[in-house]
Amino acid sequence: MSQSAVSTAPVKPAGVAERARPSLRRRTVEAAEKSWRPVALLLACFVAWWVISAAELVESYLVPSPGATLDVLLDKPDYLWQHSWVTTYETLLGFVIAVVVGVVAAVVMVYSSTVEKTLYPILLFAQVVPKIAIAPLFVVWLGFGITPKILIAVLIAFFPIVISMVTGLKAVDPEMLQLSATMGASPWQTFLKIRFPASLPHLFSGLKVAVTLAVTGAVVGEFVGANEGLGYVILQANGNLDTPMLFAGLLVMSLIGVILFVIVEIAEQLLLPWHASRRDGSVTTSY
Amino acid sequence: MPNDVTHSQAGTTLEKADVTKSVTPGGRTEAAAAAVRIDDVAVRFRSKKRDVTALTDVSLDIASGEFVAIVGPSGCGKSTLLKLVAGLLGPSAGEVRLGDERVSGPRHDIGYVFQRAALLEWRSALRNILLQAEIRKLPAAESRARAGELIRMTGLEGFEEALPHELSGGMQQRVALCRALLHRPPVLLMDEPFGALDALTREQMNVELRRIWQETGTTVILVTHSISEAVYLADRVVVMSARPGTVSEIIDAGLPAERGYSETMARPEFGTATTRIRELLGAASAAD
Repeated sequence: MSQSAVSTAPVKPAGVAERARPSLRRRTVEAAEKSWRPVALLLACFVAWWVISAAELVESYLVPSPGATLDVLLDKPDYLWQHSWVTTYETLLGFVIAVVVGVVAAVVMVYSSTVEKTLYPILLFAQVVPKIAIAPLFVVWLGFGITPKILIAVLIAFFPIVISMVTGLKAVDPEMLQLSATMGASPWQTFLKIRFPASLPHLFSGLKVAVTLAVTGAVVGEFVGANEGLGYVILQANGNLDTPMLFAGLLVMSLIGVILFVIVEIAEQLLLPWHASRRDGSVTTSY
Repeated sequence: MPNDVTHSQAGTTLEKADVTKSVTPGGRTEAAAAAVRIDDVAVRFRSKKRDVTALTDVSLDIASGEFVAIVGPSGCGKSTLLKLVAGLLGPSAGEVRLGDERVSGPRHDIGYVFQRAALLEWRSALRNILLQAEIRKLPAAESRARAGELIRMTGLEGFEEALPHELSGGMQQRVALCRALLHRPPVLLMDEPFGALDALTREQMNVELRRIWQETGTTVILVTHSISEAVYLADRVVVMSARPGTVSEIIDAGLPAERGYSETMARPEFGTATTRIRELLGAASAAD
């Protein structure tokens, strides 16, 4: 709503350039307008949590107080930082590999129906198999290092990327393709100048899903067998009934997911300003 | 659009005819050579359940520099006919010739404008126009100059850097028109280019298209639902019958070359021609 002023058709030629890039201050105000509701809700949840634990409605070994959780975060920052870094590293590597493999697979599938018919059922099968169930197998095969975690992150993030990219590549305006035929465009030119850029908004909606899933993938890998990473931290805390540490681990894990999501969203806005400015101003995906 | 009025003088001096023949006041060339020759063409679409005949026995000669409009009920194969000329579709029978060549694949010597502007959302107006040059690998400096001419001619000055979603429907269609004319095609094919515009913008675009056509001397084939648009713009109006589509009559309203919009509408020839077309199409099939 607050962006509707940005997307109206320009009346005066001079206005076009300025309207395309609102000032930093204006953008900050808009961001604040967009985000105050979720922030308020989060604060409300936090207060509820604090009230529940302060009034001792629930035993403290079941739900630790916010203070106890914060103490853990402050007391053992090195410990948490070290394990967070491992999980982040696994997540990022898995995500990047999934993007490369996913995009290439999507392009090949869109351009060759033979490949699509061959690959698609296998992809679907790979998606249907519960990743949590095959995680132990990867550990058996690949050991306790980071490789099985990365592989699970790849597997779990791969599917939304392929699906969104295939959808994007297929969603290109058929008239645009006819037009490029009358221009004498080579398949490569059509791909580079029309199909690929047109598919990017779809791809990014898949990337946002994939990046949060990649965190889950890495943690699942750590649950099955690891001696480092946030999954390991949570498992250890669970074994010791150390709920404050468990909560701290969960918080950090969510934080990693949110930060990665926001990074993808910022990348989208930088790479596809034409798309971002078109969309109505909701923070989450508008699909 | 406020700046539509100012650029008409600029256009006349800048634009030069690309076709070799000169256009007579009637807009028709004296030369016998047809720019487009459609010879006894039929198109059948095969599907699993049934065959659909979209076009049958269509023959039409269009002279170089001529403006021909095609009207007909929905689904009569008007757009199919344009795709045949563009080589985007092959005929099941008969042949289409463009200049002296038989059409046997997508033609590169045409400009195409669709009902929807079909612009690349991530490119500015100017860069959308220049897509034509980029793909054809035309010299950059020349193409930019040509794009500048077309932008002036269509009144898009000041909007060069605007993204498509920042432009109104009429402006988007102007960009599409510029893109279609960038490489100076001898033939311009337009498939209901103003169908999505409001009535007022549409009239304005009609006047501009008529002027642009006179300035460029391009052969134009325009598919439209609007009878008055067809009669106002074209030298000849091809009226098609319902499916399977065929040419039921070709009407030459005999209007003068200089056509002010309201004056033309008020002329008795205009009324006669539109009435005749309306009769041919039947009262129900095409609302003007």
